[in-house]
Amino acid sequence: MRHTISVLVSNEFGVLSRISGLFSGRGFNIESLSVAETLDPLVSRMTIVTSGDDNILEQISKHLNKLISVIKVQDFTSEDHIERELALIKVSSNAANRAEILSIVDIFRAKVVDVSPKTYTVEITGDEEKIGAIIELMRPFGIKEIVRTGRAAMARSLKQR
Amino acid sequence: MKKTEKTGAAIFIECLIKEGVDTVFGFPGGAVLPIYDVLYDAPLNHILVRHEQGAVHMADGYARATGRPGVVIVTSGPGATNTVTGIATAYMDSIPMVVFTGQVPTALIGNDAFQEADIVGITRPCTKHNYLVKDIKDLQRIIKEAFYIATTGRPGPVLVDMPKDVLNAKTELNYPDKVELGSYQPTYKGHSGQIKKAMDLILASKRPVVYAGGGVILSGAAEELRHFAVKLGIPTTTTLMGLGGFPGTHPLFMGMLGMHGTYCANMAVMNTDCLIAIGARFDDRVTGKIDEFAPYAKIIHVDIDPTSISKNVKVDVPIVGDVKGVLKEMTRGMSLGGGGGAFNSYKKELEGWHKQVNAWANTHTLSYKQDAGGKIKPQFVVEKIYEATKGDAIITTEVGQNQMWAAQFFKYDRPRTFLTSGGLGTMGFGFPAAIGAQIAFPKKTVFGIAGDGSIQMNIQELATAVQYKVPVKIAILNNMMLGMVRQWQEFFYDKRYSHTCVSVAPDFVKLAEAYGAVGLRATRPGEVVPVIKEAMKVKDRPVIMDFKVDPFENVYPMVPSGQPLNKMLIV
Repeated sequence: MRHTISVLVSNEFGVLSRISGLFSGRGFNIESLSVAETLDPLVSRMTIVTSGDDNILEQISKHLNKLISVIKVQDFTSEDHIERELALIKVSSNAANRAEILSIVDIFRAKVVDVSPKTYTVEITGDEEKIGAIIELMRPFGIKEIVRTGRAAMARSLKQR
Repeated sequence: MKKTEKTGAAIFIECLIKEGVDTVFGFPGGAVLPIYDVLYDAPLNHILVRHEQGAVHMADGYARATGRPGVVIVTSGPGATNTVTGIATAYMDSIPMVVFTGQVPTALIGNDAFQEADIVGITRPCTKHNYLVKDIKDLQRIIKEAFYIATTGRPGPVLVDMPKDVLNAKTELNYPDKVELGSYQPTYKGHSGQIKKAMDLILASKRPVVYAGGGVILSGAAEELRHFAVKLGIPTTTTLMGLGGFPGTHPLFMGMLGMHGTYCANMAVMNTDCLIAIGARFDDRVTGKIDEFAPYAKIIHVDIDPTSISKNVKVDVPIVGDVKGVLKEMTRGMSLGGGGGAFNSYKKELEGWHKQVNAWANTHTLSYKQDAGGKIKPQFVVEKIYEATKGDAIITTEVGQNQMWAAQFFKYDRPRTFLTSGGLGTMGFGFPAAIGAQIAFPKKTVFGIAGDGSIQMNIQELATAVQYKVPVKIAILNNMMLGMVRQWQEFFYDKRYSHTCVSVAPDFVKLAEAYGAVGLRATRPGEVVPVIKEAMKVKDRPVIMDFKVDPFENVYPMVPSGQPLNKMLIV
């Protein structure tokens, strides 16, 4: 099963290789990984998408916790949370299909961020499903390139007071 | 610049002294020249080795024998890379150690400079943690943290890489009293609810077994383990790493378990209904076929490292904490709630189990046949060393058959008296480890039990031992073979002895003499005891004993790899 794990780490050089080395050395999977500084510049947040059974996930989170540079590990899978990913899609365009592409962009609340005589570059954010869907709709026009960020995730706040 | 400022190198040495370090093992080089200049007249015992791997194993032997962290200083590049096997050895066996490496000046890092190696990158997976000191202002904090991390929680090696310009830069001496590491907080105290659950499980069991590992020794819990096992009358086995953690001559001791464990210990584990694993990690050499390990048992697992728990084997009652404290709690619980009905009926049920265990203990006992006129049996040599020292010695081993016979035929009553590379299985460990242990305890008798293959992997340290008048006694069980590999070839590869014959070897007696050590040889059984006695008289230099033993002797019992523990090959 897929899991999204959020890891708070000390913002120091080599920390990314400690984490990726742990995954490769122990044979765990990384499907995606994104890193950036948090509000506290001494701390970074990594969002890691991984998969495995309960035993493997338990080991992953224990091993992450064991690293000296890791401050906190949180598995979002069983928690109410928001996930977002960003994709840039460069799609072939011509006079005949420009309007159709633009209407898809509109429906998905995506944005055209670059235009050339033969291409549109579309920026879209959303969960995995939404990005998958727009890619499928763009495919018939001829996708020249796709760049996706890893996933970013955050726990939802409690709704009741 | 203020007058009170000192160089990084001078501060480094002062930090070591403040940390209580008395001995360091090292080898100089360009990048650490500033440190060696300070060492020239520093009040610190520096042991000059002949190869950096030797330095790390010596520091390791020192740490295993004393419980204090071993300290190593080497230069950058090849000096640093030569430490890797030693560091990995210490890492696998959770030995506290701090390795300081020189590094090229910060401005040159990444430039493929002369003697540059990314040792922090190289050792990341085999250290508990490691550091590159990029700025002198971080140096003292990092040294403090390095010692703290190496010696607390589940201990392990820490590496600190120090560029030459940092060693030459100046600052004030200001060694911190304590560390602030919010992200590193080992759990020492066991959860009381879990401890209660464990005790209930034990009292409800009829066939309990204690399976104790190296954690007992690391935690200093041998006394607590004995109290616990005796109070509850539980037959006890240890792993290779646990030998000495429970008295080898105690009536409740069943011997080592696992691939070359005793018949009794393996049968007990396969039949127990309550396995109490203490500071052990269910290594494959211990469990045999994992799905059939301790098939009838509820398992209690006490370990300070949460990642060890439920890694290989599903555990019923996990207790994360320091073995010493947890065992105390468990035994105290007995003293408070004990004496009651549950305890009495538990004790009563045990009688049958003890009878069964004793019956196993008298079946397929560890044995060998020594013909007076035949070849020397390696087991005979180990037994005679045990008798000659009356068990009062520190024993180190190399890896392979010599290691197993040293584990089987010498009884270890005290912790920190059996030093062996259990996890990584490093040939070349035993001799330098013996030197390190002897330097820590100059008055004790230290024997290294070696094979003729292993001893040659760090033989150059003979010069170190001679230089510092270290009277270690090395018993080479010389079968002219890489014996354990040959044994596997005999059993599983149709006796095709591919590249396991090492009969082209130096004359070890002459070799010892060439280095200025004492060389002795025994070729017949009658010569074994006189050679050991002769060696024990030497107090001012190392002794190499060359025992020409039966080349085709095998280690029994043996559980073939991948088989359950009760499928032992027995002589």
